[in-house]
Amino acid sequence: MSANPLTKAEFELAGNAVSIRHFTRRFGETTVLRNLNLDIAPGEFVALLGHSGSGKSTLLRALAGLDTVEEGQIDRPSAVSVVFQEHRLLPWKNVTDNVTLGLDGKEWNAQAEAILHEVGLGHRLEAWPLTLSGGEAQRAALARALIREPKLLMLDEPFAALDALTRLRMQKLVLDLWKRHDCAVLLVTHDVDEALALADRALVLERGEIRTEVEIPLTRPRRHADPVFEALRERLLHALGVTS
Amino acid sequence: MVELVMNLFPARTASHQLSLSIGGLLRFCRRYLSVALVLVLWQAGAQAGLIPSRLLASPVQIVHTAWSLTLDHTLPQNLLVSLGRAGAGLVLGIAVGVALALVAGLSRVGEDIVDAPMQMARTLPALALVPLFILWFGIGELPKILLVALGVKFPVYLNLYKGIRSIDPKLIELAKTLGLSRWKIIRDIIIPGALPDLLVGIRFAVGISWLMLVVAEQVNADSGIGHMMMDAEDFLRTDIILVGLAVYAVLGLLSDQIVRLAEGRLLTWRGRTAVQGGTR
Repeated sequence: MSANPLTKAEFELAGNAVSIRHFTRRFGETTVLRNLNLDIAPGEFVALLGHSGSGKSTLLRALAGLDTVEEGQIDRPSAVSVVFQEHRLLPWKNVTDNVTLGLDGKEWNAQAEAILHEVGLGHRLEAWPLTLSGGEAQRAALARALIREPKLLMLDEPFAALDALTRLRMQKLVLDLWKRHDCAVLLVTHDVDEALALADRALVLERGEIRTEVEIPLTRPRRHADPVFEALRERLLHALGVTS
Repeated sequence: MVELVMNLFPARTASHQLSLSIGGLLRFCRRYLSVALVLVLWQAGAQAGLIPSRLLASPVQIVHTAWSLTLDHTLPQNLLVSLGRAGAGLVLGIAVGVALALVAGLSRVGEDIVDAPMQMARTLPALALVPLFILWFGIGELPKILLVALGVKFPVYLNLYKGIRSIDPKLIELAKTLGLSRWKIIRDIIIPGALPDLLVGIRFAVGISWLMLVVAEQVNADSGIGHMMMDAEDFLRTDIILVGLAVYAVLGLLSDQIVRLAEGRLLTWRGRTAVQGGTR
């Protein structure tokens, strides 16, 4: 360790997978994110909740490096992967080639095969994306994200377009993959139950600021009937402006 | 699935298939019945002297002429010349169209420089340029090939440009999160994504290449199918003219089939989706 001195980013990150300091993002007159601070520990699973237009996507885009950071500072690992709500597979490449997109060399094919088996798509290695079901396509997208061994995996409402049963199966898959690959996860969702079932910590973003932050100290798999679960659920729903 | 059904009901499926094929045959016959009827009436009219051969040769005469033109090498030689011109013009026109579309599609500056003049030039009927082309390039092979290339480049350009511009920006965004270089984005996303539109453009281009060639060969040429037809006009040989027309029709059909075949091969990922319309 002492042989290679830390770069600036690594120094800032020391101890954290992600560190956001005083990050502000404006689009013209509107301020979408205001003076945002957020740390994510290595291997931590964080859920980000919020209404549409609360700034979730803007934050995700900035973390994915798709947006410039003008005010404030974002330190993130170089190995970041994103899974979007739509699978975004290239229809003209088969599943394996989609997973290895941008990775040169034949040796990646074996790795792709292994990871596709891991996400339960071992039987569709050569399939065209147009022939996949919604759940299968999202599994392929997960494989494409994981083959790069990311230090931070971002999931942008990845299961919103899936049916309820498939969504439950995919949530379980994400938990398994997270445990095995040991990466920090930032899950953007507006499903409170999904956040509570998966995350270590849930954040509620409202009008560009993190208004509520909730630790979820439950062991997994979690039961919805658990009184602690129920109480956290009430709290998050309340923070989102839903009162029962 | 089909196999399964066949195994379960072998006898029934076989008879079902038989009735299907008979029905198909009947439909096939019906579709061509009217064509056959026209041909028979045409032939009968010619033999009864109702259709003077000076105006329209009879079908039998046309077949006969086509055969003798083949035997004395007139038809094959002229066909080869025409094919050569159309092929050279197509290759040149497709190359220019693709190059211009890439420039316009991949950069804003390129779009400003290339697209406006192309959109303006496309409204110009290319065939109206024939006199100018003769003045500029004489009456050799060059003006004919250039005329074909000129006609071909527009559908190729317009369709490929549209294809590049209509690529889902979300796929480009994804590629950026994966750290793909600009060159790899072009190679892996933009070009394959625009390929269906390019092929539609090429199909139009092939059709247009024959159209341009007909005119180019009839205005001034000493060889080619068009020349053969113009020559026949001087001797009132309607049979030779009709042979030329038939050859053009067959060439048009064949070249369209070839491009369709290429589409099927190159776009296997689309499965059995229908070929979409394009811009001419």
